[in-house]
Amino acid sequence: MKVYKYGANVDTDVIIPARHLNDPSPAALASHCMEDLDPNFASTVEAGDIIVAGPNFGCGSSREHAPLAIQSCGVRCVIAPSFARIFYRNAINIGLPIVECAEAAAEINAGDEVAVDFASGTITDQTTGKTYHAAPFPEFIEGIIQSGGLLQSLKARGVAK
Amino acid sequence: MSMTMTQKILAAHAGKETVQVGELIEARLDLVLGNDITTPVAITEFEKAGFTQVFDRDHIAIVLDHYTPCKDIKSAQLCKQARAFAKKHQITHFYDVGQVGVEHALIPEKGLAAPGELIIGADSHTCTYGALGAVSTGIGSTDMAAGMATGLCWFRVPSAIQVTLRGSLRPMVSGKDVILHLIGQIGVDGALYQSLEFCGEGVASLDMDDRFTISNMAIEAGAKNGIFPVDEKTREYVSGRAAREWTAYEADPDAVYEREVVIDLDALEPTVALPHLPENTKPVSEAAGMPIDQVIIGSCTNGRISDLRAAAAILKGRTVAPGIRCIVLPATQEIYLQAMREGLLEIFVNSGCAVSAPTCGPCLGGHMGVMAEGERAVSTTNRNFVGRMGHVSSEIILASPAVAAASAVKGCVADPREL
Repeated sequence: MKVYKYGANVDTDVIIPARHLNDPSPAALASHCMEDLDPNFASTVEAGDIIVAGPNFGCGSSREHAPLAIQSCGVRCVIAPSFARIFYRNAINIGLPIVECAEAAAEINAGDEVAVDFASGTITDQTTGKTYHAAPFPEFIEGIIQSGGLLQSLKARGVAK
Repeated sequence: MSMTMTQKILAAHAGKETVQVGELIEARLDLVLGNDITTPVAITEFEKAGFTQVFDRDHIAIVLDHYTPCKDIKSAQLCKQARAFAKKHQITHFYDVGQVGVEHALIPEKGLAAPGELIIGADSHTCTYGALGAVSTGIGSTDMAAGMATGLCWFRVPSAIQVTLRGSLRPMVSGKDVILHLIGQIGVDGALYQSLEFCGEGVASLDMDDRFTISNMAIEAGAKNGIFPVDEKTREYVSGRAAREWTAYEADPDAVYEREVVIDLDALEPTVALPHLPENTKPVSEAAGMPIDQVIIGSCTNGRISDLRAAAAILKGRTVAPGIRCIVLPATQEIYLQAMREGLLEIFVNSGCAVSAPTCGPCLGGHMGVMAEGERAVSTTNRNFVGRMGHVSSEIILASPAVAAASAVKGCVADPREL
């Protein structure tokens, strides 16, 4: 479960450039993920890997294609000190785990082996042996995540036809 | 309990007396918006979840503006999917080629946004309608699907930054310079999870187009929304467009803000944002002379009639410098016609500009002005991220229409006051 590490203000244009938005299929999005920031990412990422980045991850466009691309690559979660607000809600709504933890984002290095326990918010860097704690999600958001995404939670509540 | 303007509008739509910062609420929506990139993903999710009906066909807008007129087969397929959904569900406000305009210029123009309303759009620049005193914000395709099915959306109630505007703008300085200056001051995440609430006596001096430009780029400071108070200019704009009752909300006098930022409009210079973040701002005088290849005048940020007038005033009787490609994109059909009546299109063509049908095209590197390796543009659009307008090594300098037009004439970044 290796870590890919990036800096501050990773925008949705570099996560998935607009020239690839004409094909929103998961496989197509995955094949171009991070293309303009890290051309090797899509060909080397493996299921279970983790992205660790600086503040304001996912800023810019509202394109849900960005968290979809990351999710479709098999990335297990994104850890950052803060997320741009649209990316934040998009990730929750589609069930891509995101973790806000400034200390972990600063100290975890590229290539480290990291384990995340979402229930307790515990992040363990198995390479350095350090452990970090992220604040749990509010109950309402945890409910969306537990349902498997926003639409599933709405269906479960029976609020739409 | 005292509330900001944004908090009052959210409370009213959540059926609550008051709301508190950080509270998670579910609120009733007045409009759910999507475009040709985000709507197809929403439709797929809507159908996959098994929804069969939209909550209200009159309160959904689908605007095919990004890759249209379609640039390739794949984008044509996306439009076809959106078109079929709009037909099936009898979506009232569906805009296709021939009627379509850049969504955030089109929606206010058609009266689909009004003061006090709560609007979500699967496009980050949906925050534009804050200029009208509405709470409007960008969301993703799943939120759009949920909004179409239920008419509801979840929100975290934001705190706010109060932006006090003083004085009035000098000639050749515009709303674009105000918002670039503000982003330069507070940074691209300076208002993360927050509202920008504009106030002060300087607001009255700004025309509606300037306010649209300012609210439009609130997202570029990370904000949830950027909202203006409702005044006579707002009422005049909305009157005759939004034929329904609406409510003007005011922040409580003792509303609590995280902090205040004061901008003296009189002191502002024409401002540019250098690659690759909108916060990399400088007075244009400090960037003058930087070589460029292309100029874009248009977009949801600066494709309105006052923007075209400002550009035409500079281009009239002058020509675009050799080797520079200048592309002008009126944001809607109404703006296109108005520019035609005023002779602005003739000025653009005579000066050597290409005039395009309304489209978001070049702003996101879609079409109608994609850049090659190492090229650089001065653009009136809203983002100068790496690769945004084409090749990963191309560069974008964000500027006002006056600066963009002056740069087209000089063939390099130029100060419009020095032509």
